[in-house]
Amino acid sequence: MRSGPITCWNNLLIPEQMLESIDMSLVDWSRGQFALTAMFHWIFVPLTLGLSFIVAFMHTIYVRTGDEEWKQTTKFWMKLFGINFAIGVATGIILEFEFGTNWSNYSWFVGDIFGAPLAIEGILAFFLESTFIAVMFFGWNKVSKRFHLLASWLTAFGASLSAVWILVANAWMQHPVGTVFNPETARNEMISFWDVIFSEVAVNKFLHTISSSFLLASIFVIGVSAWFLLRKREVLFARRSTVIASVFGVITAIATIVTGDSSARIVAREQPMKFAAMEALYEGQTHAPLVAIGAVRTDTSSSSYSREDFIFKIEIPNALSYMVFLTPSGFVPGISDLVFGNEEEGYISYEERIERGAVAIQTLKDLKKAKDRGDEQSYNTLREKFNDPVWLDQYYQHFGFGYYKGRELKELIPNVKLSFYSFHVMVILGGHFLIFTIVALWLSLKNRWGNHRWLLWVALLTLPMPWIASQAGWVVAELGRQPWVVYELMPTIAAVTRLKPVAVQITFWIFLLTFTLLFIAEIRIMLSQIKKGPGGK
Amino acid sequence: MLKKIYNFYYDGFRKMTWGRRLWGIILVKLFIMFAILRLFFFPDLLKRDFDSDEERADYVLEQLTNP
Repeated sequence: MRSGPITCWNNLLIPEQMLESIDMSLVDWSRGQFALTAMFHWIFVPLTLGLSFIVAFMHTIYVRTGDEEWKQTTKFWMKLFGINFAIGVATGIILEFEFGTNWSNYSWFVGDIFGAPLAIEGILAFFLESTFIAVMFFGWNKVSKRFHLLASWLTAFGASLSAVWILVANAWMQHPVGTVFNPETARNEMISFWDVIFSEVAVNKFLHTISSSFLLASIFVIGVSAWFLLRKREVLFARRSTVIASVFGVITAIATIVTGDSSARIVAREQPMKFAAMEALYEGQTHAPLVAIGAVRTDTSSSSYSREDFIFKIEIPNALSYMVFLTPSGFVPGISDLVFGNEEEGYISYEERIERGAVAIQTLKDLKKAKDRGDEQSYNTLREKFNDPVWLDQYYQHFGFGYYKGRELKELIPNVKLSFYSFHVMVILGGHFLIFTIVALWLSLKNRWGNHRWLLWVALLTLPMPWIASQAGWVVAELGRQPWVVYELMPTIAAVTRLKPVAVQITFWIFLLTFTLLFIAEIRIMLSQIKKGPGGK
Repeated sequence: MLKKIYNFYYDGFRKMTWGRRLWGIILVKLFIMFAILRLFFFPDLLKRDFDSDEERADYVLEQLTNP
């Protein structure tokens, strides 16, 4: 150790005597900072992922037909792809900075699980994207047409492939599998790489994220093309672009809905609290209805935790049970069933889980003490527990709950209002995108897209909506699983580095300023290039 | 071969028009990220403050078992 366990980092680390209680404002600011960075990063990523494929499709048509108009079309969208890529590139690295500084306990705890996928992502992203993006942009008339086209496709696949790894890492945090906890190193160690990357959560997360990103880019292309049609400029270019984007859009809208549906089923099974929050369901039931649309308000009077009551709602009878269990008689647990337990349905109360988690934490503490004092016998007995499947199932499985001993139960419930609205906004917009892309495709194939100005306005107004849906999806996934960083094993209060909140606040505002400037730059450059059109230099 | 690759990149960068502005943004961004944020605000605390993994493990265990 170089300078003590709690070193002065610009005098911004909390002194040791203040460690007993974690300031919730520190956790909130750290979460806010991470959310800001991740959500800003996510403005660019989906467009990069989707637009790269749309460019590759257009490029393929150009190579096959030799039509110069397709070359101009490809170059135009490639330019917008380049702007988005340039502004967004490396913004994700800030998340890794934050792991090391703001979430050091977490980044140690997850160990290789995060390290391996991110290292693969870094290498893949660097070699595939940076090499082939250069060929894609500089390769016109310099390399053979086929190699140039190959570069476009490899850029598209490379971008999606690099997204695989970060999503695998995230999926592990949502549903930790394929690993064991080593109590000597305080790290999780991978025992099955394949279990980690092919976990149902990871596969579904990847498919849902990637298909929704493709859909976002399709709607972007249709929206920008609609602007040209509204101004009666570059009509052939705009119509052709709309055809490609609407075909891609319809396919990916269907894929997004199908994967979203299976995602809901997985969440209901693996993260029932998140699922209950998404539907603001407090009392579990069979034949549970699905809230199609509704508004909630907070009622603080009725129970030990505040709850959201519906001001109004429109329900689809039995649909929630059917969605989860494919039968209306399936029991969907509500927040109360999970917090207070439901013996009949096999749900242990949170109080019980807190007790069991506290036992697991105490065992880990005793193990460390035994090691420190060189008590080999006690050490071996305690160490053996971490290899015992029964003990792991009874106690370690609830490890994270142990941090809530003496705290309020409501801290274990995510923000229901935000989860509910985010989920419903995402689903409603998803339905709109499917109808919209079908209409765009149908009219394009009939050569009537552009005849109705109001539809072009709808296309233009729809343009920002996929970002809203995509960010809402992120909120559902990440906020809905609170307070867990690693699901039910590590809560935010244990994961956070004990810095002074002001240290996190400073960087939060620096990020907000930097990101705002970058976002303004993106919009300005993008708009100026769009105005120039496909013929512009 | 190497010369060909070099010329490919050299020509590409030289003939850039709208891309110059983007490279400017990328470089400023990378400078802010690595020369300012990483250096002054985001050290990897466990790497910086401890010499070995054993010490890091000890420290994190201490943190995790004293909630």
